[in-house]
Amino acid sequence: MEQKNTVLIDNQVVELNGEKNILELTRKIGIELPTFCYHSELSLYGACRMCVVEIEGRGIMASCSTPPTPGMKILTNSPRVQRVRRTVLELLLANHERECTTCDRNGSCKLQELANRFGVKKIRFGERDIKLPLDQSSPSIVRDPNKCILCGDCVRMCSEVQGIGALDFTGRGSKATVAPAFNKQLSEVECVNCGQCSAVCPTGALVVKDETDKAWAAINNPEKMVVVQVAPAVRVALGEEFGLPAGEIVTGKVVSALKRLGFDKVFDTCITADLTVIEETNEFISRLQQGEKLPQFTSCCPAWVKFAEHNEAEFLKNLSSCRSPQQMFGSLIKKHWAADLGKKPEDIIVVSIMPCTAKKFEASLPHFSTDGVQDVDLVLTTQELARMIREAGLVFEQLDIESFDTPFGFTSGAGVLFGATGGVAEAVLRAAHEFVTGEPIDQINFEEVRGFKHLKEAKVEIAGQEIKVAVVHGLGNAKALLNKIKEGKADYHIIEVMACPGGCIGGAGQPISPSMETKKKRAKGIYNADKLSQLRKSQDNPVVTKFYDQWLEKPNSEQAHEALHTAYANRGRIIGEDIQLLTSKQPDKVDIAVCVGTCCYLKGSYDTLKKFMTQADEAKVREKINLHATFCLEGCEQSPSIKVNNEIINGVTPDQAETVFKEKILTKLKED
Amino acid sequence: MKQEVLTEAMEGDRSIVYQRKFEKVNEIINRLGKSRSALIPILQEVQEEYRYLPEEILTYIAMAMGLAPASVFGVATFYAQFSLEPKGKYVIKICDGTACHVRGSDPVKEAIKKRVNLTGNKKTTEDLRYTVETVSCLGACGLAPVVMINDQIYGQMTPEAINVILDQLEKGEAEDE
Ligand code: SF4
Ligand code: SF4
Ligand code: FES
Repeated sequence: MEQKNTVLIDNQVVELNGEKNILELTRKIGIELPTFCYHSELSLYGACRMCVVEIEGRGIMASCSTPPTPGMKILTNSPRVQRVRRTVLELLLANHERECTTCDRNGSCKLQELANRFGVKKIRFGERDIKLPLDQSSPSIVRDPNKCILCGDCVRMCSEVQGIGALDFTGRGSKATVAPAFNKQLSEVECVNCGQCSAVCPTGALVVKDETDKAWAAINNPEKMVVVQVAPAVRVALGEEFGLPAGEIVTGKVVSALKRLGFDKVFDTCITADLTVIEETNEFISRLQQGEKLPQFTSCCPAWVKFAEHNEAEFLKNLSSCRSPQQMFGSLIKKHWAADLGKKPEDIIVVSIMPCTAKKFEASLPHFSTDGVQDVDLVLTTQELARMIREAGLVFEQLDIESFDTPFGFTSGAGVLFGATGGVAEAVLRAAHEFVTGEPIDQINFEEVRGFKHLKEAKVEIAGQEIKVAVVHGLGNAKALLNKIKEGKADYHIIEVMACPGGCIGGAGQPISPSMETKKKRAKGIYNADKLSQLRKSQDNPVVTKFYDQWLEKPNSEQAHEALHTAYANRGRIIGEDIQLLTSKQPDKVDIAVCVGTCCYLKGSYDTLKKFMTQADEAKVREKINLHATFCLEGCEQSPSIKVNNEIINGVTPDQAETVFKEKILTKLKED
Repeated sequence: MKQEVLTEAMEGDRSIVYQRKFEKVNEIINRLGKSRSALIPILQEVQEEYRYLPEEILTYIAMAMGLAPASVFGVATFYAQFSLEPKGKYVIKICDGTACHVRGSDPVKEAIKKRVNLTGNKKTTEDLRYTVETVSCLGACGLAPVVMINDQIYGQMTPEAINVILDQLEKGEAEDE
């Protein structure tokens, strides 16, 4: 028989075109095999066994991890396949808490969907009797290990796409779970709250924290004025929750829905995105002129900021000091707008509607407050807004179209761009040339920074100088770029980083959708909204100009810094115990902590530590010293850091160790 | 008074031990290298030093090797050979494989637990002297029931025999000091 480049799927001849696995091939001919652990953006895992097919001569195989070879005879729905699939589902369900009615993912759960699709009506096995505790420590996501089916999607998302690895498998066999290091809470480890793990979780094991109750309470509180801001990415995705196509711009309906839900004022975050562009561009120009702190990184993604605070101490000074548009908004409302209305910050509740789970974390940071009141009181995701609309019984399609309230409702197209990867960079490019030369730039669209490539680059000439721009999305891509910069293999002037693949339109708070296609459509919606705007550049927004006149004086002024900027601090990777080396019981002991966190370790802090031990022996003061190795003293820029009693001393390299020991430690012992 | 002096001396000793172990950890990492494939051998050697894998040492290993702490924890919990709980100076393994079971490993286990004062599910004594575990097969079924104390195998155990062995162990220890 002649060996053709074909296989037989359910008796149909199918040609091979370099498909990597049988699953891809079946999808091409219109068969949707069920999967849990297969995601085109993640590595192959082949653990869930949902995608099985029967191959003649080889038996039951996982289609996602079996490459098709010419001549194969494949059955996708044979009685054996059906039986295996059902058993797999039954076994998964036996090990899974089955409280569907109260689950956040009721209706969007893949396990539920497949059990229904394959007619699992009865589970022959008992229920699991152990109940593991919920992890509600994170402001952004809730982890319920009882609903985990161990598909590992979140594990791979966090390590492969985000370059973090906050979650991993622990234990094995019936005791296997997915958890943070040492079974700690998510808030105690290096999780950046991006929520991407919850976006790929097929069940309710990782979900976005639902805070709709707090929103209802605010709305129903007669003493408070409730103001809501809507982020750019929400308007091109919310429609999906109500059966509209992805990318359809539903801004007017969102405004109308929010008004009918009872919010007093409905504003647009794009206006503070415009403000961000002006502040950030001016900041960039002054750094460029002084030739310092370049490249400048964007700072509007709180997941990226937290990532940098955990892992990239040496780049923290390079982050723009601008707060995110969400926080600029909250700050202006509480500091200035409230005062103009004769109100106190606590009289107004600021709610945000965001595509983002990390924004929940950001809003809770203590320094984003005015007179002890948080600038943003509550952050709801697009998903949560959809839930409120449903609960209120509003028929989305029938809602009127309304416009945002003034003054925080008038925005430019550049502000809308913040929703997609590359958008902030493009908005800044629309402004930078004009700010330097005084002449507006002819070019408005910067196609090079649009799209979904992992790394996008552009070069723009401003007053004779070539400005190199880079855009990355997905923290794994950011990490790779930073490594290149550290090795001297790349250099840029300005870099935009968004944690979520695709930018905020792909945020974990958006309607759940695993497909890249959906994200592309949402991005298209963003660019359409920009095109339809009357004004395309942030600097043309007359309301923003008015804000400067009224409240902020001029870009980067003292007032602007007070209301719109912030500072960053290192964070340790993980919260835990120190390593005890010398323990003194004496009351007049000196306490020395030597940091062995990543930065300090790389700069030789272990040798510093060793020198201290030798010194302690030589000076015969071992009993008077409490010496321990700790994991972050938050002085990473000038590592290695040590702490003597309560004083932090930076830059204690091994060469310095002896001097520091004599001058800072021995003298203390003598004092007493 | 005497008590006081003793604890201070012990604290001093303990510091030396801590320091030596930590130096050993660094020596192990430097010797075996920082590639991911070195992780298991590193954990094995570090466990030999501490008799278990303390959390802070695992974090340190993760930092030093540039790995996520969660993935080091994942490896440490996957293999039964690793313990994240402190173990006693004497690790007593009682075989409860089929051969040992039918020949009376249970009474032996009870006798040991009673002697070292372990109740319920606790495996290690408060003073970190003894850890008592059951294992499925030590591969010495001909000698059933078998008990292993640290690296030493004892065959054909009875409650009386194990008590004699523990007596000797304790006596030897007292003489050493
Ligand atoms: S929220 Fe992001 S960083 Fe945190 S565990 Fe999930 S994927 Fe990882
Ligand atoms: S990319 Fe956007 S949605 Fe994702 S974490 Fe950052 S700010 Fe939030
Ligand atoms: S999708 Fe193939 S094994 Fe999970």
